[in-house]
Amino acid sequence: MSSFVLFTLTGLGLAGLYFLLASGLSLIFGLMSVLNLAHGAFFAAGGYTAWFVMDALDSVPIGLRFIVALLAAGLVGASAGAVIERVLVRRLYGQHVEQILLTIGLGMAAVALMGGWFSYDPRLLTQPDWFGDTTEIAGANVPNNRLLILGVAILFFIGLMTFLKRTRHGLIIRAGVENPSMVRALGIDVSRSFTIVFALGGLLAGVGGALGTVYFNGISPSLGTTQLIFAFIVVVIGGLGSIPGTALASVLVALTQIYVNNYLTSGLGSISVVVLLAGVLLVRPQGLLGKAAP
Amino acid sequence: MIAIEVADLNVWRGDAHVLHGVEFSVARNEVTALLGRNGVGKSTTLLAMMGLLPAQGTIRIDATDAIATPTHLIAQGGVGYVPEDREVFASLTVAENFRLAERPNTEPRYEMVYSLFPDLYGRKEQAAGTLSGGQQQMLALGRVLLNPNKILLIDEPTKGLAPIIVEQVVEALAHAAEDATVLLVEQNLWVAGQLANDAVVLDQGQVVHSGPMDELINDSALAGRYLGVEVR
Repeated sequence: MSSFVLFTLTGLGLAGLYFLLASGLSLIFGLMSVLNLAHGAFFAAGGYTAWFVMDALDSVPIGLRFIVALLAAGLVGASAGAVIERVLVRRLYGQHVEQILLTIGLGMAAVALMGGWFSYDPRLLTQPDWFGDTTEIAGANVPNNRLLILGVAILFFIGLMTFLKRTRHGLIIRAGVENPSMVRALGIDVSRSFTIVFALGGLLAGVGGALGTVYFNGISPSLGTTQLIFAFIVVVIGGLGSIPGTALASVLVALTQIYVNNYLTSGLGSISVVVLLAGVLLVRPQGLLGKAAP
Repeated sequence: MIAIEVADLNVWRGDAHVLHGVEFSVARNEVTALLGRNGVGKSTTLLAMMGLLPAQGTIRIDATDAIATPTHLIAQGGVGYVPEDREVFASLTVAENFRLAERPNTEPRYEMVYSLFPDLYGRKEQAAGTLSGGQQQMLALGRVLLNPNKILLIDEPTKGLAPIIVEQVVEALAHAAEDATVLLVEQNLWVAGQLANDAVVLDQGQVVHSGPMDELINDSALAGRYLGVEVR
């Protein structure tokens, strides 16, 4: 029983990471039909930003320093997203093959750049001792960092839903995910929302990368790319453009992975996720909460 | 006075050459019906006018060159577009669909819209995707009537609607036409006859007839040839 609680909460922590990485991907694809294969680079950039802040600002109390690190990681991710959209992706809307080539190239260049800069060996994160301590929940000793990641991911989920539901930009994004041409025909410049969505995706992935550095106990240049595969699976299972769908699929994918790894055979978890993907595609090709194509 | 002028308009959809040098004009503050059989290029003409399809030739809407202008600026210039199949935002509520259509610095005309379509008032919080076809059409029309648009491009507003709803839509269109120029694509010749002053008939991507609506209705040979309908 206690190991079940531990596995579940660890899985939910991983789900938080998947959500932060996948929600931006889902919105970007939903609104602009851009498959952003460079999204993993935002995740890694966030991780390195957090590592750098924790390393460099050693006069700041460590708890506060971690909050600064999270904010900085989000800011770096958001800026990278906005710049890439404005300068590069914008020129290629509607040209899907070119976009894929561009974002693959950007992703590979980013990995090489970070490798050259920080070396390919993992960097360990200086973090508050409290993260590594455990809290007893229903008889299980759960590492606090799992709870932290889950908590931050839930905060961002609520924040993102509020933004989409309550603001005019959010309204335009929700409408644009359904039918961008009709939004234009109502007199709205959708391309402004494209920049916002890219920045938002970068912000969430950057924060995810900072938390991922805690979860995986270090950051290396390819961490984002590895996680991106799972994020794509989450997006497809959840339904393109649906944030609640992404949240649900994050939990499903992460729990499947952790349970299979721990109860069946270690290493089988990643494959089981692909089986889950195939199953969902057979039963509901539009994803769990996605809309069927008209 | 001419509000819309289209000349030598060529439009391709993928590899298909749909419009071959279409040419017509629409008189200001009148209703002009754009008629023709299925697939002759009526909806394509409206899409090109909104800048939603790449086009060659001339489209002037007031002083705006609609071919060189991005879609959102065409709309901001006072052009309202009601697409075929309504294209309301299904996952948004009725109120959100209207809120999206609001324009900065323009007072939205909610009172007028809800008095034309009282059905929608009680359904403000309902997702547009769960409305009936007739209610979705009202929402699509209400969305363009919310702003004081000078030009309305309306594509088959009565398609698939029950006769009683068709009457309500015609009434709303007649109201909208009081202070706007309307280009109306319509398969229902009775509806076109109720509303339109002028008619433009397309066949195979070209204009084959234009003139007063009455003339077309009274000339059953002409109507039969291009519209495939028996009048009376």
